[in-house]
Amino acid sequence: MNKLFSTIETKRVLVSDGAWGTELIKKGFQSGSCPELWNLEKTEEVFSIANNYFDAGSDIISTNSFGSNRIKLEHFGLADKTYQINKKAAEISKSAAKEKLVMGSVGPTGKFLITGEISEEELRQSFSEQLKGLIDGGVDAILFETFYDLDELNAVIETIRDLSNIPIICSATFNKNSEGEFYTLMGNSIREVYSFLIEKGVDLVGVNCGNGYFDSIEIVKQIKKDFPELKILVQPNAGLPEITSGQLVYSETPEKIIPAIKDFLEMGVSIIGGCCGTTKEHIKIIRELTDKYLANK
Amino acid sequence: MIDLLNQLAICIEKGKINSQSKIPADMAGKDGVEELIDKLLRLNIPSKTIIEDGLLKGMTVVGEKFRDGKLFIPNVLFSAKAMNHAMDILKKQFPSDQLQIKGKVILATVKGDLHNIGKNLVKMILEGNGWEVIDLGVDVDSEKIIQKLKETDVKAIGLSALLTTTMLNMKGIIEDLRNNGIKVPVAIGGAPVSKKFAEEINADFYSPDPSGFLDYLNNNLN
Repeated sequence: MNKLFSTIETKRVLVSDGAWGTELIKKGFQSGSCPELWNLEKTEEVFSIANNYFDAGSDIISTNSFGSNRIKLEHFGLADKTYQINKKAAEISKSAAKEKLVMGSVGPTGKFLITGEISEEELRQSFSEQLKGLIDGGVDAILFETFYDLDELNAVIETIRDLSNIPIICSATFNKNSEGEFYTLMGNSIREVYSFLIEKGVDLVGVNCGNGYFDSIEIVKQIKKDFPELKILVQPNAGLPEITSGQLVYSETPEKIIPAIKDFLEMGVSIIGGCCGTTKEHIKIIRELTDKYLANK
Repeated sequence: MIDLLNQLAICIEKGKINSQSKIPADMAGKDGVEELIDKLLRLNIPSKTIIEDGLLKGMTVVGEKFRDGKLFIPNVLFSAKAMNHAMDILKKQFPSDQLQIKGKVILATVKGDLHNIGKNLVKMILEGNGWEVIDLGVDVDSEKIIQKLKETDVKAIGLSALLTTTMLNMKGIIEDLRNNGIKVPVAIGGAPVSKKFAEEINADFYSPDPSGFLDYLNNNLN
């Protein structure tokens, strides 16, 4: 059995990591340049983010590669380094992981097939180089995160399946409408998204980013109701950011998310972590609550 | 006539171009934008009436439903396509002064951010409602905006960011504009930003959706 699945079977709940982008900013990353270039130029800083998460209690972390598909790197004049940047991203997280797990982070291109601004072939090529880099760098799974367009998800899933049998986790982002219902930007409901992912044979599904931990509870509830057998990853934002004395501050502090984490554990979520604005302090709390929950079961 | 204008508004909302178009499926074979405008022109209905009571009415509904999460990106794309098609037909029939625009607005995704869908949705809604959009694209710094302002008269600037790593660049752009003595109002939007964030960085306006920005422009700067 693959290491990811066997670890989930043994541990039952895995604690993942928090944010990368907002942690890079804390380390002096100047927004406007390419965050993933730090893998090559500031390897130690990226390593310390990875390491901090394992120190805080993560069982599995991701990689600094969310935006390093060829299309986005092209904008920074780094297209020919796509493979190299992603391979390095995987190697950095793996070296911090030791015997623990790493999932290679892959985000959307920001382009839409429906508008004709990109072809399916271009999408596949763009992801293919990124995925090869991550796989060769040694990741244990691929995490497609913050996706909102089933057409693009379809392209990435088919691309990875042409390359490898590595476990894949697909995580989508939803918005709440005026009636309190959740839809992706493209108008797909929770049921539509996860039916699609099941049909595509995805190993684990997820929900990430969005408006915070508490909105995500409702989404997980709906997934569990329609698809009780699905293994779920949840990595919400720490609420929406605000500026306080020039710094970005997130409203959902580690203490505030405690009730939400308890709910996720009760609902049987397999992997719990955070997205934008979450820190190693959030992960410490999640670790503590998870250990307590598992000890009482 | 009123019935035809109402039908036209519905065709804009649904993105129905002509009777042959397959979108939306439940209107197959029915009149689209092309046929309805043709009928209205035969009745000598002025372009202003067709635009205001037909086309703009449809686009307003699109903006409102998008705001409420009842319509989504694909719907807005289809509506914008139908709207552009309608305007092309009218441009052939009437001199440009009868299709007057309300004013020019600069839109830009800020430095470091390569995401253009939010900006493009705003563009479609504004253009569909009579505003001329100067689209500066993605990864835009203050210099580019200041340069454009020297060349043309602009009523407002809309800044967009999708990423938490780039939203802070909105602050720098607004500071640069103000330091250069530019008083054009700046509105911000995008997934991670909020009203509070807008206030903290001294933006003049924030809206979570395109129609809020449109209302702001129509009510304050038209």
